[in-house]
Amino acid sequence: MELQLRGDGQADAQDDGLVPFEDVREHLVVVGNGMAGCRAVEELLARDAGRYRVTIFGAEPYVNYNRIMLSPVLAGEKSFDDIVINTREWYADNGIELIAGDPVTAIDRGAKIVKSQSGRAMGYDKLLIATGSDPFIIPVPGKDLPGVISFRDMKDVDTMLAAAEAGGDAVVIGGGLLGLEAAHGLTLRGMKVTVIHLMDTLMERQLDEAAGWLLKSALEGRGQTILTGANTEAIYGDGKVEGVRLKDGREIPASLVVMAVGIRPSTALAREAGIAVNRGIQVDDHMVTSDPDILAVGECVEHDGNVYGLVAPLWDMCRSLADGLTDQHSGYKGSVTSTKLKVAGLDVFSAGDFSGGAGCEDIVLRDASRGVYKRVVVKDGRIVGAVLYGDTVDGGWYFDLLKREEDVSEIRERLILGQAFASGGGALDPLAAVAALSDDAEICGCNGVSKGQVVSCIEAGNCSLDTVRAGCKASASCGSCTGLVENLLTVVLGDEVKSGPKTMCKCTSFTHDDVRREIVAQNMRSIPEVMQLLHWSTPDGCSSCRPALNYYLLCALPGEYQDDQQSRFVNERMHANIQKDGTYSVVPRMWGGLTNPRELRAIADVVEKFNAPMVKVTGGQRLDIFGIKKEDLPAVWADLNAAGMVSGHAYGKSLRTVKTCVGSEWCRFGTQDSTGLGVKIERMTWGSWMPHKFKIAVSGCPRNCAEATIKDFGVVCVDSGYELHVGGNGGIHVRATDLLCKVATEQEAMDYCAAFTQLYREEARYLERTAPWIERVGVDYIKQRIVEDEAGREALRARFLYSQSFSQDDPWAERAAGQHAELHQHLEPIAIAAE
Amino acid sequence: MTDWIDIGTLADIPQRGARTVQLAGEKEIAVFRTGDDHVFALINECPHKKGPLSQGIVHGHSVACPLHNWNIALKTGEAQGADEGCTPTIAVKQEDGRILIARPTALQAAA
Repeated sequence: MELQLRGDGQADAQDDGLVPFEDVREHLVVVGNGMAGCRAVEELLARDAGRYRVTIFGAEPYVNYNRIMLSPVLAGEKSFDDIVINTREWYADNGIELIAGDPVTAIDRGAKIVKSQSGRAMGYDKLLIATGSDPFIIPVPGKDLPGVISFRDMKDVDTMLAAAEAGGDAVVIGGGLLGLEAAHGLTLRGMKVTVIHLMDTLMERQLDEAAGWLLKSALEGRGQTILTGANTEAIYGDGKVEGVRLKDGREIPASLVVMAVGIRPSTALAREAGIAVNRGIQVDDHMVTSDPDILAVGECVEHDGNVYGLVAPLWDMCRSLADGLTDQHSGYKGSVTSTKLKVAGLDVFSAGDFSGGAGCEDIVLRDASRGVYKRVVVKDGRIVGAVLYGDTVDGGWYFDLLKREEDVSEIRERLILGQAFASGGGALDPLAAVAALSDDAEICGCNGVSKGQVVSCIEAGNCSLDTVRAGCKASASCGSCTGLVENLLTVVLGDEVKSGPKTMCKCTSFTHDDVRREIVAQNMRSIPEVMQLLHWSTPDGCSSCRPALNYYLLCALPGEYQDDQQSRFVNERMHANIQKDGTYSVVPRMWGGLTNPRELRAIADVVEKFNAPMVKVTGGQRLDIFGIKKEDLPAVWADLNAAGMVSGHAYGKSLRTVKTCVGSEWCRFGTQDSTGLGVKIERMTWGSWMPHKFKIAVSGCPRNCAEATIKDFGVVCVDSGYELHVGGNGGIHVRATDLLCKVATEQEAMDYCAAFTQLYREEARYLERTAPWIERVGVDYIKQRIVEDEAGREALRARFLYSQSFSQDDPWAERAAGQHAELHQHLEPIAIAAE
Repeated sequence: MTDWIDIGTLADIPQRGARTVQLAGEKEIAVFRTGDDHVFALINECPHKKGPLSQGIVHGHSVACPLHNWNIALKTGEAQGADEGCTPTIAVKQEDGRILIARPTALQAAA
């Protein structure tokens, strides 16, 4: 009797030798573990979680992931884990059986059984076909050569990543959305990419000629070769792909060819089972096929003559399907689609019909200097289509007006200027704009989340961007709607919004990591360009973001970037440390803490000549001369230069000192020449700009007199070699270093030091010391990059040394020679006029 | 009556930067040029701990003091945000490409 209460324990029951509990619920079998299949199940669970027993078959050996996010994975912006929609726990928690990596191969409608590739047979009460679509492969010679792939699943991405690793040239056939994303990703991965597009306009289904041209020019500016009106004749190669030949005879060499010319509904399974199929599997308004027990949803279906290849209609279909399965028939009415996307960081939006024609009026706005193009097509007082390039902020608003078929005659004159102006305000108030959106306006295109859903999610107690992302998935994928979601949080909660991922400063909604990534991805070259492209909310930033941007650009473009003095803190601009009374202190470099009579005499002379009130030995083993006036700095530097001394950068977010002990040359305990190694390391690293100050020390034995284990990079010499330590700090929070590894030779110690320094320069956030950086990313990550990845280490070292080739000019010498003399002089009042 | 003192041209001051003027018997004056080429003049002292504002980072129409990062509005001399305090401002005008500032004591006498 007790057993009957344990209905969920099938295994227990069998072990007891009793009849297993039988799940008497209707069995829903889903063919397809993609976005449509899983979303349909999610919608079903949301309505009536216990109603069906659910089994999902998937062809790919993964859990459900967000296929439209494959582009960021290819581009290196996200990992596979980041794009998983439902984890294994989700399947388990909801009692769903997932059969992944075993595609369904046949449907026996008479017996109501599906059969899989591995020979599995499974009965169903209701069957849902969500097989999506297949990439269209153009039938040219060579299409089957190794190295010719499509861009549809994780396997394709893996193939592209492997090809990119080997470098070389790639050809992408197809200049639509998918093709351009593939081309962008491959470009970021270092391949030289040519895009071949049959039509004259890129993305001609989404963009008109003008916007297509702007996009083409911008992509060419990013280094891609774009051939429009180009017809592929053959893919050639001996045993593997070697290139693509066009009809006009041109040959483009390539070691990888990505075919992204389009998709077609995957209907073979349904067709062979005798279900009605036209272009797609034909379904009614409740997504039921010609067989009443078989439903279909997503890209594989044809509804009312339409086949859809975008994600938004899929959400609508899944809602209607789930309504039907739970006896609350709502009926799918078809979808109007819009496309909002970023290609290589370029904003593009289109919606509706923009082909123009009889009775249509075009309203066009061009702003050449901003690279903005907007076109709204109006017919009978209503918006029927819109194309936006460069500034897509108002895309959602136009789309909303279009879907609601709102009469826009009243606001026609101001329509093209966007919502803020058209609504009469004039001033751009993003909060009012988002507040004015209708509840069913789409906020997150990636996950099909409407404004109403986001608001309910917030009202249910999700008070931060992170929890809203977790709660309703809005902004959880590509992030382009993050600003909208944040505004909704403010609209709903007022000041109670919990801060999300910390933005760089109040001038931007981007984090340090976002900004850094985009600077590299979009090859930005100046602070104004960064502020323009990333929508800075202030005219010229603030004292937080300007120095950070200046550093990020300097780091990304060694030797090319023109340092912006006005974005430097005073100390870095004056090459000295400002003191509380407005005077400066001056610290000349003493290599490894070594000095000599000539240097000491020069310092003594400077102290007397300029009446410096104090001289002090610093913690970094050198001498600090205090109380120098800004007018006297160039003369002080000239005197120090004359004795062979250069700037000690005691004022910079840069390498400060390399502290040493006397080592084996003098010390009876010394195991290696720590002083000599310290000098060599300082000669290699001095002058380098960093996210924050950076200190190095070399101790000659484990007694560690140079305190190497509280430095950013520390070397402790031992009999058998050199222990390398990283991430120490003697500041407010004392942190002892982590042991990175042990090496045998001085040269290796130098090489690892250079590589580690460069990793810190490239990946830490501005004003983040090595200690918090390492606590954030984990020492295992540092070891993986510096110790385990030999090629990576060598590349980091090479980049560091390359960067150093531009940064080891003594800034004092330039100033002593008269450069920027005005920084050290008052303006001279020249005349007095009375009135 | 105001004494106007010619201190140079716009080009003498770096954009998003400042230069100083020392008049006999007066506190040092900082003359700022913003990103949009407005010119402002203030006593070169932060109301907080007298930091030399001329050495701060100029952003918008504000300057961040180099000592403790207080933000001072260039037009009014008022500290921004949670901080409180005010740096005296000096009248400034541009005429025929020259920048003129009012002699501070003359202003006080007039007031």
